[in-house]
Amino acid sequence: MTATVETSYVALAWSDLAIASVLVILNAGLSLWLGLGVERRLLVAATRMVVQLLLMAMVLEWLFAHHAPEWTLLAATVMVLFAGREVMARQDRRLGGWWSYGLGTGAMLLASFLVTLFALTTQVRPDPWYDARYALPLLGMVLGNTMNGVSIGLNTLTTLASRDRAAIEGRLSLGATRWVALRHVTRHALRTGLISIINAMAGAGLVFIPGMMTGQILAGAAPPDAAKYQILIMFLIAGGTAIGALSAVMLGAWRLTDARHRLRLDRLTAST
Amino acid sequence: MLSIRGLIRRIPDGPTIGPADLDVPDGRTVAIMGPSGSGKSVLLRAIADLDPADGAVSLDGIDRSAMDAPAWRRRVVYVAADAGWWDDMVAAHFADRDAAAALLPRVNLTADALDWPVQRLSSGERQRLALVRAITLPRPPGEARVYLFDEPTAALDAESAGRVESLIATLSQDDRTAVLLVTHDAAQARRLASGGVVHLRDGTLIPLSEEAAP
Repeated sequence: MTATVETSYVALAWSDLAIASVLVILNAGLSLWLGLGVERRLLVAATRMVVQLLLMAMVLEWLFAHHAPEWTLLAATVMVLFAGREVMARQDRRLGGWWSYGLGTGAMLLASFLVTLFALTTQVRPDPWYDARYALPLLGMVLGNTMNGVSIGLNTLTTLASRDRAAIEGRLSLGATRWVALRHVTRHALRTGLISIINAMAGAGLVFIPGMMTGQILAGAAPPDAAKYQILIMFLIAGGTAIGALSAVMLGAWRLTDARHRLRLDRLTAST
Repeated sequence: MLSIRGLIRRIPDGPTIGPADLDVPDGRTVAIMGPSGSGKSVLLRAIADLDPADGAVSLDGIDRSAMDAPAWRRRVVYVAADAGWWDDMVAAHFADRDAAAALLPRVNLTADALDWPVQRLSSGERQRLALVRAITLPRPPGEARVYLFDEPTAALDAESAGRVESLIATLSQDDRTAVLLVTHDAAQARRLASGGVVHLRDGTLIPLSEEAAP
């Protein structure tokens, strides 16, 4: 894909960010006034966001300047590992041991790397193909959305498997395999995992202007070019979410049962 | 014949059930009695291989480990006291609609019940439908089958309970069918248990005659 991109954009000063941060402080004040109890979390999250994004900007600047594939790969791996931690933190019931972390991380690693490699080698085609300026933002966009699909899919799977134990074991008792017995649960988990990307695609350009398109337009790109990039990203996210949610839910279903086709809810622990 | 030898179910942070030894011959019904919480349902679930357990369970001399688990459960069919439903409509739970429609009047229900939504079923209707669902599960001719019924009349009025008892009695008249029944009703156990009554006490099965001995 080739596009002429103007680089003229309105650069923000630190004072601009300070003014915008008043909105977060107002939020915290509102929480205090209404007794919501989220003011501390809100301020910590906002501070984390600022620090994380500034650090990432520094890392990206360094990576863009050095064109080192091994460092790009390391940065990508670190992003996936953090995403895995987020998936684990969003589970009401977790699989025991390393499974709670490994399952979500593995699913996201598979989905996000596959989809990003696909985009880099067949559509975007930067030179070299692993150019961090393209690879990492693409991976980040895919990863952020895949993370939602994987965590929602997994959480639905474990919640429904616990709630519908009688129905699942009812089918097992009549000679169904674990896959048949869990079918209504896995289908529901996958549908729920995919609903956010379906809604995002349905609403894009009508209800909201997506983040990447907004960013490119603000950076001076022509709106049709920005739209093309956004469409590409939406397709990649849809593919990544489907692969991630499917692999996480099916692997989760496998782990929630055993070779004798028993439902093994004893492998779940309630999140603290 | 269903043979159970040294069956032990260890419940994490709970009691251990077993070691249990029991034979349930074809054409017979054996009743298990015992106080609430003694592990009767746990034992039935372990026999059906729904929970991990140690020991040997075999049907006609073939150990269950030699069969894949779904094949075992089609031959050793467990019906929970509160069986589960996975579809909105009753009919979707039956592999053989015609066989179910023919059997429903035997448990005081009409064939129309197959077209009802599960949501409208009372607990007694659910219990009888779950029983019919298990009995009408397709079965190759001549294949041995064992039914594990967990308190099959617990939610029923006297008339329906009588009908269900009659159906269970008919089942075990077939020389290729055996029934292992959990019940709290001593009179029901006496009526149905042609193969004997055992008590589950402190995790161990005790034949009624031995328990009664001084």
